[in-house]
Amino acid sequence: MVLTSNQKSISLHNAEAIPIAEIPVLAYADFKAQVLTWLHSEKCHCVAYYAYPIAGGLKFIAAIADDSNGSIDVLSHEQMGSGPFKLEAISATVMAMHIYEREIAENYGVVFIDHPWAKPVRFAFNRYNQDMQVNDYPFYKIESDQLHEVGVGPIHAGVIEPGHFRFLCNGETVLHLEIQLGWQHRGIEQLYLDKSSMLQRAILSENIAGDTAVGHTTAFSLLTESLVGTNTQNAMLDLERCIALEWERIAMCIFDLSNLNIGIAYQLANSVFGALRTPVINFFQSWCGNRFGKSLIRPGGTNYPLTDQLVEKMKALLDDFEVRFDAMAEKTFHLPSVLNRFDGIGKVTKKQMMLIGAVGQSAKMAGLVRDIRSTHPIMTYEALKVLPEMQSGGDVLARFTLRRLEIKQSITLIRNLLDMRQYLYQESTAPLKQQEYKMKPNMFSLALIEGWRGEICHSAVTDGEGNLKHYKVKDPSFHNWLALALSLRNLEISDFPINNKSYNLSYCGFDL
Amino acid sequence: MIIEEINILRQHGWQFIPDPRTAVVPAPFRGRPEIQDKVSLEVQQELYDLCPVAAIGMNPLSIDLGKCYFCGECAMAHPEAIQFTNDHRLATNERKRLIVAAGDTHGIELDPNKIRKEITAMFGRSLKLRQISAAGENSHEAELNACGNVNFDMGRYGIEFVASPRHADGIVITGPISQNMAEATEICYHAVPDPKIVVLVGSDAISGGIFAGSGALNRSFLDKVSIDLYVPGNPPHPLTFINGILALSRSRQ
Repeated sequence: MVLTSNQKSISLHNAEAIPIAEIPVLAYADFKAQVLTWLHSEKCHCVAYYAYPIAGGLKFIAAIADDSNGSIDVLSHEQMGSGPFKLEAISATVMAMHIYEREIAENYGVVFIDHPWAKPVRFAFNRYNQDMQVNDYPFYKIESDQLHEVGVGPIHAGVIEPGHFRFLCNGETVLHLEIQLGWQHRGIEQLYLDKSSMLQRAILSENIAGDTAVGHTTAFSLLTESLVGTNTQNAMLDLERCIALEWERIAMCIFDLSNLNIGIAYQLANSVFGALRTPVINFFQSWCGNRFGKSLIRPGGTNYPLTDQLVEKMKALLDDFEVRFDAMAEKTFHLPSVLNRFDGIGKVTKKQMMLIGAVGQSAKMAGLVRDIRSTHPIMTYEALKVLPEMQSGGDVLARFTLRRLEIKQSITLIRNLLDMRQYLYQESTAPLKQQEYKMKPNMFSLALIEGWRGEICHSAVTDGEGNLKHYKVKDPSFHNWLALALSLRNLEISDFPINNKSYNLSYCGFDL
Repeated sequence: MIIEEINILRQHGWQFIPDPRTAVVPAPFRGRPEIQDKVSLEVQQELYDLCPVAAIGMNPLSIDLGKCYFCGECAMAHPEAIQFTNDHRLATNERKRLIVAAGDTHGIELDPNKIRKEITAMFGRSLKLRQISAAGENSHEAELNACGNVNFDMGRYGIEFVASPRHADGIVITGPISQNMAEATEICYHAVPDPKIVVLVGSDAISGGIFAGSGALNRSFLDKVSIDLYVPGNPPHPLTFINGILALSRSRQ
């Protein structure tokens, strides 16, 4: 964290707060050149790029994670005046930046010249262009007498969240799928500023995506702790949070296995994996009173320490779970009718996932290593040295198989964590009290957590009084929806359900 | 080999809950709260300020379950004033019955006089529902899906979620209803043939929850329809939903 003149960026660790003044402010051309220098390498990817209003203009902050050394390089540029500003798009060169630039364009009216896909993101209520409504989304079209379009949603046939899918088809073949989101937009980022108590913000974090309550709230908590400056690192708390994150991963991966099997009408595996999920989420309830781990994670500590009694229950549950899981998985993954339905369907390549900036499961299933537990470890993950489970097929089978491997890996990680727990001889701390919730003024911080879908990024900037000036949430689905769209190319619409289930991306996490 | 499947089935045994109407959810599940009389005004004020979703009322001290997220922070701060029981029966058809005041120890029930006759007459044996996630955060949707799994097996009562509003007898809304979903929600409601019911699932749907007051919501649809069932929670437990729906549709049997 040493700053020399001519420095183009400042290097941070995961969840390290720094004074906002220490982030170098570059001219846009230099900023763009510097970002491009990093992003041409596979080991780097952008984890945040956002803008917020400052006196007289807009400030833009970008953070590039380097997977080879665990650092996060932060840099910025400022645009002064009333706008609308015109900037040369970075995504004209590196496609992965498209979604960040689209978000900035939607929120502040910034025009990105030569942007390859300049479209609305989520129709945020406080967007710049209020003339355009959610029904006005400009879908990609091909003028032809031969082609037809199929529109599905926002409301779907199942009990799932809303999104609109527009298929552009040539006969039975899907040429292009465009996914329009935004239906779920609740104004989360603004609510972080409007709701001032720590508890309100923690609860907001739990409700960004209810299936990732632990992931998002852990990111919020680490970010908050860095901004408050609580240096009382508690090893037991770290360990319990890691267990909760892995537990959430098991709960959701088993849900996906169940769901994928209903997609191909394999009733036995659907029922068995579904039934196996019940004790997992019921354990969350025994732990904290909520089947999704809500109310478990709080900044500074927890109200629900993992007691010895719970640990015994957890161990017994894992042993029983694993035996039953293995039997069903062994059967399912050797059944020709299952493999035949998944193998080679919805294939994407590692190169494509690099191009779109995929993270987490959506990257790992195609051979691209993106796992914060391994590259930017924090809490007990530093000691665990997680080696990500990988697949290279990029098809439904690869995504299906990755779920199985991740469940097994999470079981092993939890057992390791429980072994480490015996030698900690301490208890996890209680949460910060409201009167202790005082963030340092004029700071910037960023926390990365590997949720079960992938990388979650929470970032914040405080003002001169230590209040939140800007809060930024990024769910892995922010990047990964485009992977589903690419998977559908040259398939039939009838292959859409299993592809959608194989990604199981978050609508509300994207829409915020 | 079929023998493998048989072994898997044997391994799992009977998964279903024999009777969801009598099933109990163990603590620390937080269900219906009980509030003590004679809580000092200072403590009432403290609890009022603490509640993240403005569910707590003062004088008398009360909790509005239509707003409550069941985070339990109030009971943790003042266990002598508020305790959450494991009573999961929280659904009712009258909004004001969701407000639990100091001294209330009775369970939350439906007002039988307010259940429309056609509901019990038409839906008493078969009830098909269309779910609308209107900015729901997916744990509510997951719990509604769980109602139909092998454990809870809501289908045994002839109650199911269906793919089209045309096949449905009512709508079940989750989420605080975003501006972007307002029109779709209304269109879906009108696509359901009469007579039909409207069920709000989760404190987000009932009151807006933590999102209440956000400029991104448009809850005007709720002013235009009458609500047949409120199912509080964040998210409601599957048993809360199943028992609520049964109480609504089977009350005269």
